[in-house]
Amino acid sequence: MSSTITGLPPDPILERRELIQLRASQTIARRTMVSRVITALLWVGLVIALIPLGSVVLALLDKGVRFLGWSFLTALPQLPNLASLNDIGGIGNAVVATLVIDALAGLVAVPIGVVVGLYLAEGSSRPANFLRTVVEIMTGMPSILLGVFAYEYFVVTMKSYSGIAAVIALSMLMVPVIAKAAELAFTAVPRSLREAALALGARESRVARQVVFPSALPGVLTGVLLALARAVGETAPVLLVVGPTISNLWNWNPLKPMTPMPMLIFGYANSQYPSQRAAAWGVALTLVALVVILTTSSRLISARMRRERHS
Amino acid sequence: MTIPSPVSDRPLKSDVAERIRRSATSDRPFRYVLRTTAALFGAVIVLFVWSIVKTAWPAITSNGIHLITGRTWIAGSGPYGALPLILDTLSTTAIALIFAVPVGLASAMALQFQVPQRLRGPLASLIELLAAVPSVVYGLWGIAVMVPFFINTLEPFLSHLTGSSWPFNGPQDGFSILLAGMVLSIMILPTIVAVSRDVIATVPIEVVEGALSLGATRGQVFSKVIIPTARTGLLGAIVLGTGRALGETIAVAMVIGSNAQLPHSLFSSGATLASIIAVEFGNSVGSEGSALAALALILMVITGLVNWGARALTRRAAIR
Repeated sequence: MSSTITGLPPDPILERRELIQLRASQTIARRTMVSRVITALLWVGLVIALIPLGSVVLALLDKGVRFLGWSFLTALPQLPNLASLNDIGGIGNAVVATLVIDALAGLVAVPIGVVVGLYLAEGSSRPANFLRTVVEIMTGMPSILLGVFAYEYFVVTMKSYSGIAAVIALSMLMVPVIAKAAELAFTAVPRSLREAALALGARESRVARQVVFPSALPGVLTGVLLALARAVGETAPVLLVVGPTISNLWNWNPLKPMTPMPMLIFGYANSQYPSQRAAAWGVALTLVALVVILTTSSRLISARMRRERHS
Repeated sequence: MTIPSPVSDRPLKSDVAERIRRSATSDRPFRYVLRTTAALFGAVIVLFVWSIVKTAWPAITSNGIHLITGRTWIAGSGPYGALPLILDTLSTTAIALIFAVPVGLASAMALQFQVPQRLRGPLASLIELLAAVPSVVYGLWGIAVMVPFFINTLEPFLSHLTGSSWPFNGPQDGFSILLAGMVLSIMILPTIVAVSRDVIATVPIEVVEGALSLGATRGQVFSKVIIPTARTGLLGAIVLGTGRALGETIAVAMVIGSNAQLPHSLFSSGATLASIIAVEFGNSVGSEGSALAALALILMVITGLVNWGARALTRRAAIR
């Protein structure tokens, strides 16, 4: 397509512009069509994604809400019998087991996670880089593997299923999550702040305690809450080590078998009694509510942190 | 009149000198605590890997390569062949990805660019919340909601559509590889959406505006600007989802039907590497415990590699 005006030297730039404009006007109808199709497909994708996810939420609310109540959360479970087929009691001992196991796992994992995070944030020496890789790979490690580990070292040596074996498995799941969040939070503390403190003659431990730590605290807390949210709902490692039977008795002693809530859902979901299968939704809703409280507070803290940093 | 000094009249000089002298020497405890804890954590990880290798060793030596290529798994006495389990793990993950990748990427783009501002926050929170829902709840949902749907609607429909030909033949009882794959895809969907939305958000707005100002349509901006720019990070999001699907245990164990035979079709029941450990470990007898630990080792190697890849990809995306 060359210029039609004769006698003038061809101007490559003008030619190019005409060409582009011509092509653009020729193809605009097709491009608009294609664009509409792509946009429509994106909407379709979002709707397809929301259908099953919405169904999960609806099923939880629809089948779970009628169980919620003080007696459900605090009473002991009851095996269905002929006299009262639908009275399954409560889940008090499972709530206790969940609280005991996850509180202990937190007690073990938080200090180790925070210190490992501090170590990772301090430098990029070769051991630190190696540990960083290990932490990141451990974050995605299937949790069942930690169950196998806890079984080999605790259930086998103690010759008994126990809550404490679950504590070990869960704390090993939590440490990488906390360490990662803590490392990010510690490295986000401005260097100038630390150097100012060091220049004033403060020792490193004191800088860590009084300067780095307070300013990184919200970030660390976010990680701790996320790790707890993950640990509370974890089923696979717990299933291997807390004992095969569903307990119907109060037990505060983590050295003995326990039945935390995820384990109870798993047991009830496969139960032969319809009433227990129905009650699984009550336990599931309780557990999801707990997880939602933990993740939401974590998000609130990090949102507030972001606001403060920008202001 | 004397101006009061803002600095206290303590003898600063000697205090500073004292501190400098001490700081050079007495911070060792702090360093020790840091290093010891880090080393302790590293040691526990080594112990973790070691314990699984050690438990798996008898099964590895007695089964050899048949552990990976063998087709039969007989609990208690052996032989232990994990080929069906490996195939089921790969096929459920593949089904999950076929569904979750296009839907997840489309939803991430729609959330970022199409959904009105007012709805964006709530929808994003809902999806992030679903990423945190415990997998046992997805398993429960699979049993109570999806199994009836499969038996009454999807399986008859698919087998009618294809004239009961492979891979849509076989028992129509809900619990199947197909169902496990679908439940997995729904579980990894929130992860893929959340991570790829973060990645898409890092595409510089100048690039998008530049393309628009040159007359590109919305569709062209999506397909020719945003996806190519965010390619590496999006791939990282997908690999992250893959890792989660490969290692998912409880939800799969609840809906796959636990059967260590070679699968015949998508409607067959099956068992994945992770799900069979969860189901069998508690009541394993004889040499099966060791064989299950060997499965754990295979799973550890596969997911370790996948997560390492995801990390390399997302890191490269972050640097760019």
